[in-house]
Amino acid sequence: MNTKTLMYIVKRLILAILTIWLVITVTFFVMHAVPGGPFVGEKAVTESVRKAMEAKYGLDKPLFEQYLTYLSEVVTKLDFGPSLKQRGRNVLDIIADGMKTSAMIGIIAAIIALVIGVILGSVAALRRNRIIDRVIMVITTAFVSMPSFIMGTLLLTVFAVRLNLLPANGASKNGLILPIITLSLYPMAYITRLTRSSMLDVLGQDYIRTARAKGVSRAKIIFGHALKNSLIPVITYFGPMLAYIVTGSLVVEQIFAVPGIGRAFVNSITGRDYPLVMGTTIVLAVLIVVMNLVGDILYKIVDPRITLE
Amino acid sequence: MDKKAFSAHVDMEDFIPATDKEKEYMVSMRPSTTFFKDGIKRLKKNKVAVVSFFVILIITLSAIFVPMFWPYSYDQMLGMMPGQPVDNSFLNLTPFKYGKSELSRIEAGEHIVPHIFGTDSQGRDYFIRVVYGTRISLAVGFFASIIVLIIGLTVGSVSGYAGGKTDLIIMRIVDMIYSLPDMLMVILLASVLKLVLENALEGTVLSKIGSNIISLFVVFGLLYWVSMARLIRGQILSLKEQEYVLAARAAGAGGKWVIFKHLIPNCFSVIIISTALQIPSAIFTESYLSFLGLGVNAPMPSLGSLASDALNGLTSYPYRLVIPAIVISLIVLSLNLFGDGLRDAFDPKLNS
Repeated sequence: MNTKTLMYIVKRLILAILTIWLVITVTFFVMHAVPGGPFVGEKAVTESVRKAMEAKYGLDKPLFEQYLTYLSEVVTKLDFGPSLKQRGRNVLDIIADGMKTSAMIGIIAAIIALVIGVILGSVAALRRNRIIDRVIMVITTAFVSMPSFIMGTLLLTVFAVRLNLLPANGASKNGLILPIITLSLYPMAYITRLTRSSMLDVLGQDYIRTARAKGVSRAKIIFGHALKNSLIPVITYFGPMLAYIVTGSLVVEQIFAVPGIGRAFVNSITGRDYPLVMGTTIVLAVLIVVMNLVGDILYKIVDPRITLE
Repeated sequence: MDKKAFSAHVDMEDFIPATDKEKEYMVSMRPSTTFFKDGIKRLKKNKVAVVSFFVILIITLSAIFVPMFWPYSYDQMLGMMPGQPVDNSFLNLTPFKYGKSELSRIEAGEHIVPHIFGTDSQGRDYFIRVVYGTRISLAVGFFASIIVLIIGLTVGSVSGYAGGKTDLIIMRIVDMIYSLPDMLMVILLASVLKLVLENALEGTVLSKIGSNIISLFVVFGLLYWVSMARLIRGQILSLKEQEYVLAARAAGAGGKWVIFKHLIPNCFSVIIISTALQIPSAIFTESYLSFLGLGVNAPMPSLGSLASDALNGLTSYPYRLVIPAIVISLIVLSLNLFGDGLRDAFDPKLNS
């Protein structure tokens, strides 16, 4: 690793930290701009009770002071405060709870997308313009232009309602199969297209011709030379794929009633559970920012020819 | 004349001046073509792009004109007649079925426009709701892209042309917004703006459009302009080093003149292409938000909210989900394919 790469990594790190700070700040002030406090929707409480509750949660202090307290609590202790609606539970506990399911779904979906996407993409590139290539391209084009909630509901209709093969509810183990498939289809289609085009690019390179001229076997060319090099652009999709899976999980978990962090987020917005909204936004945002960072740095290290600003 | 194959002997006949007739033969008249005409020609050759263009055209025209003459409206509950009890026979009709009062009118010889997609749980004609939803989704996509274009173009061209510290500061801000997880921020902002705007808009003209759509536009204006700004800045940076800019400056042209007369027209193709590709992404976002209940205000339909409403009756009426789903996918797909075609036809860098 040369100094230039190091400089790049440092620069990206600073940007990532700034972004996370921006997310915390924006989330905090946006949530506090909501008209009507969190206790407005509840049964009528007297002025003194409301005051007491606000004092308990520190909502009576000046806004900027609240912000500073929040920021230091989050950064130093990862403490997002207590949930306003789920009594006696900390935001961090709720997030950690939901994260178990969501992370499992997300990681499995990502692995499926990666493995199948690379295989299909390579097959399409190696059988360029044959029927199998055409079929793969048509299907992936359709998948790429279908929003995740439509994919999810269609799968739900077909496999859970019509064929009755899998449970529609994501609370059980089997019920997680459909959400995983839903989440993996879009990134899979994307990776397929990415692998295909970069594989085609690599196959046209001089070193492939040289290898062929030397009499290297076809399998060795594909696996030893072409595949390795054509996977580099796929690394760049690392961050965006995770971002897709995180945001996709918001609706997918809603559709299949999966008890994950995505559902907690959506429910906390409708329930005006401020600390929970802020907590989940920040955790998910940090996740996305970090994964983007890792993806970019990996890309830079794997292929040093690439110059990034 | 005796001539050997490799001799340097010159055939003098080749140097006789050409007659006028011969000259005319050499001149091949080709009508002069502009960059735009050239691009259109290339675009027409691209079958996928042409088909997508017509799909978009048909969908757009029917979304605009069908509601004008269709006998039902998107919020008309057919079972509800003023002064009469609700006629339940109009609720949840399957395609091409009629309500009780309509059946008796048909028997009396009247012609009644069929409910092509049936009616929904509140007795509203589903076909017109889909058409109207398409109209809303398309309009949101279009206007959101325009907003993104205007902000991105202004910031990008100023940043690229000014350079130096201005550029540095603007680009750092752009970098930060760019690395924000957009969907999370969109959901957060949309849910909060919805509440904030609801009160602020009451009684104004804007309240008709609905707080949700306006908050959607605000979100787009806040977050999505950054990639457009980056793109245009990059274009301007490379264009402003060109000789013709130098010539214009030497002739005494100011910054405004150079930006509007030289730089922006030259990155026109990039602008058009990325705006065309922005529309499907805006439609995508709108349907996503509508699905989460953060989109258009009821009873106004959008394709996303129709799909989301259909979830409740999924077991009995799956087509109510399938229809808007197909329409969204069709719009997004054909806009994307058309945008790709535009890029292939108009991006001069790809010509080589």
